[in-house]
Amino acid sequence: MSEQQTITLYPSRQFKDNARAALQDGELRTSLRTAMDYLMAKRLSAFPDGDELATLRTLGETIRQRCLAKLPELLEKLEAQLTVNGVQVHWAETTEQANEIIHDLIARRGGTLAVKGKSMVSEETELNHYLEARGVTAVESDMGEYIVQLAGEKPTHIIMPAIHKTKAHIAQLFHDKLPDTPYTEDVDSLIRIGRNALRDLYLKADVGLSGVNFAVAETGTLCLVENEGNGRMCTTVPDMHIAITGIEKVVEKLTDVVPLYSLLTRSAIGQPITTYFNMISSPRKTGEKDGPREVHLVLLDNGRSQAYADEQLRKTLQCIRCGACMNHCPVYTRIGGHAYGTTYPGPIGEIISPHMLGLENTKDLPTASSLCGACGEVCPVKIPIPEMLMRLREEEQRPAGEVVAHPLRGQGAAHTGKEALAWRTWRGLFGQPGAYKLFGWAATRLRGLTPPGQLGWTQNHVPLKPAAKTLHQLVRERDAARR
Amino acid sequence: MQPNHVAIPASGRARPTDVYFFGTCLLDLFLPEAGMDAITLLENLDLCVHFPQAQSCCGQPAYTSGHPNEARVVARAQLALFPNDWPIVVPSGSCGGMMKHHWPRLFAGEPEQALAEALAARVVELSDFLLNVLDFHPQDRGLPTRVAVHTSCGARREMNVHVTSWALVDRLANVERVVHDHESECCGFGGTFSVKHPDIAGAMVADKAASLQHSGALEFVTADAGCLLNINGKLAKDGERVFAGKHLATFLLERTGDKA
Repeated sequence: MSEQQTITLYPSRQFKDNARAALQDGELRTSLRTAMDYLMAKRLSAFPDGDELATLRTLGETIRQRCLAKLPELLEKLEAQLTVNGVQVHWAETTEQANEIIHDLIARRGGTLAVKGKSMVSEETELNHYLEARGVTAVESDMGEYIVQLAGEKPTHIIMPAIHKTKAHIAQLFHDKLPDTPYTEDVDSLIRIGRNALRDLYLKADVGLSGVNFAVAETGTLCLVENEGNGRMCTTVPDMHIAITGIEKVVEKLTDVVPLYSLLTRSAIGQPITTYFNMISSPRKTGEKDGPREVHLVLLDNGRSQAYADEQLRKTLQCIRCGACMNHCPVYTRIGGHAYGTTYPGPIGEIISPHMLGLENTKDLPTASSLCGACGEVCPVKIPIPEMLMRLREEEQRPAGEVVAHPLRGQGAAHTGKEALAWRTWRGLFGQPGAYKLFGWAATRLRGLTPPGQLGWTQNHVPLKPAAKTLHQLVRERDAARR
Repeated sequence: MQPNHVAIPASGRARPTDVYFFGTCLLDLFLPEAGMDAITLLENLDLCVHFPQAQSCCGQPAYTSGHPNEARVVARAQLALFPNDWPIVVPSGSCGGMMKHHWPRLFAGEPEQALAEALAARVVELSDFLLNVLDFHPQDRGLPTRVAVHTSCGARREMNVHVTSWALVDRLANVERVVHDHESECCGFGGTFSVKHPDIAGAMVADKAASLQHSGALEFVTADAGCLLNINGKLAKDGERVFAGKHLATFLLERTGDKA
């Protein structure tokens, strides 16, 4: 099935075109709005007590900041503890290295089939394509991921990969792609069809792949949050389990997991707890009847250390991937995940993707926000997303040659002489009272000359026309009249 | 829809005799009448309103567009304009948020840091000031009407004053405040966002305008010039001739019968 998928590198260059196309797709707009409204309501119902939410968010932020503050130490501890437990740890700086490591592990066993639990990091590395090109089929087992893989697409949402698809889409897809499948829009039947198609694969697969939600340094435990049981199947049935995750997912203690898990499931889909919570601490031990004989963990950097190096941008790594920021984002709600052209869409995608892909490939993302603040308001670990966006805007406007303490990849990507000149002019006019007075005088006197086209503004609005008199002038006239 | 009436306890902030008025550049150039209406409202409440003529802009446009150095120059030009210890009333939640929350950051480590922080502490958004400091109970002399209230995201999420506009409108005896669909959602202005991403911003303002139009309200009010120019500009572009919005200050002054 995967051969129909195409890899388009850095399509965020076409972000504006993608967004325009998505905005014109009425069916997509309706699907997204309905889904996001539902998710927002669910989240709200999961946090009936505002004070408890505030306390929990502060706790979540504190835990994540503490763990990030000692990240190098915790990663070493995690590796040591996992090694003691019999889990082999691998380090990858780039997505290419991560894919190579995973492929080598599979190839060593002569494996040709892998079943996958949901993993956004494996989307980040385009693992499925990498394996496919080397003769290993990787099948997604999360129902949403399975649907998008079958359709030859990428996930449109980090928690609900197929949220953009309607029942009819899925019915048609199953009917077209799965042998002997009648067309049905009955949801239970569709789930059953998908599950049956996957069931055999667990038994046949050489390897199970998964992501990790929390890696506990203290105990060497990989925690996996899921609802369908597919994650448990992937990590217990095949003889080898390979987990992949980002280096920021490590937490210090087992007790750190409890509040983060609660924040994650409630923020994501308003669930008090997920159906499955897996804690993986070792391969099958002597005398045990099941479980993989080998467990591996691949820890990926892929630009995370760039964010880590900068005290302000480090907050980006607090993220626990709940997706609440996209559910509440008025931009995401209108264009969906595909338009971003990145693994992570929405507000979190706008602030993490520049570290992974460079600002030169993501320069339209930091500006694709009205800075309304809805994302920061719901973030369970209180990442100040608008602040991160403004910082990235600054870095992409900063001339490429300017030397700074923590240069970002793609610094100056959005810098143009024209825009820089515009802001210098603005500074000259608004930064000196005399100049501003003259500007106000000229703008009001020459209001008849207001251009009919004003960049992007007049696409949606009548032209902005200065008033006949400024407020400054009205106040002066009134004061004069009173004398 | 019958909105929830909100009761806000007076904050206990002392009532001053004098205030500064920071008009904001958008009101100054595009909606000066709304600025005058705000000043008149305050004067009618026996306040002496001081409007420093050297004021221009809080610096927000450049600040949110990745040009903090330019923003700092413009913001710095405002810092010396408020020497007396009076509140600085701002008829915009967004500009107020810039001054209250972002000036201290913009001037962190600069010689003006202490001054910027002191000024920030005195910045108060107009509706918050009218309600919580002055405990303004407008005498409604207008005909019965229905209005929707759009709150700017700066007012809502940075200044936490969305409830104050509601409360002021709710104090008008002949005005029914109606809730509009997705009321807390952004109108899509976002400063340069609406210029850099006109397709997305256009979809947002189209939805906001439609939601206000379909709310059952005869007009809408907002206490933010950016949102007002955005939504009214969209309605006008679409040829809407009847339904429009006005600044909260203008609306309140009209209702009290004091608008010239």
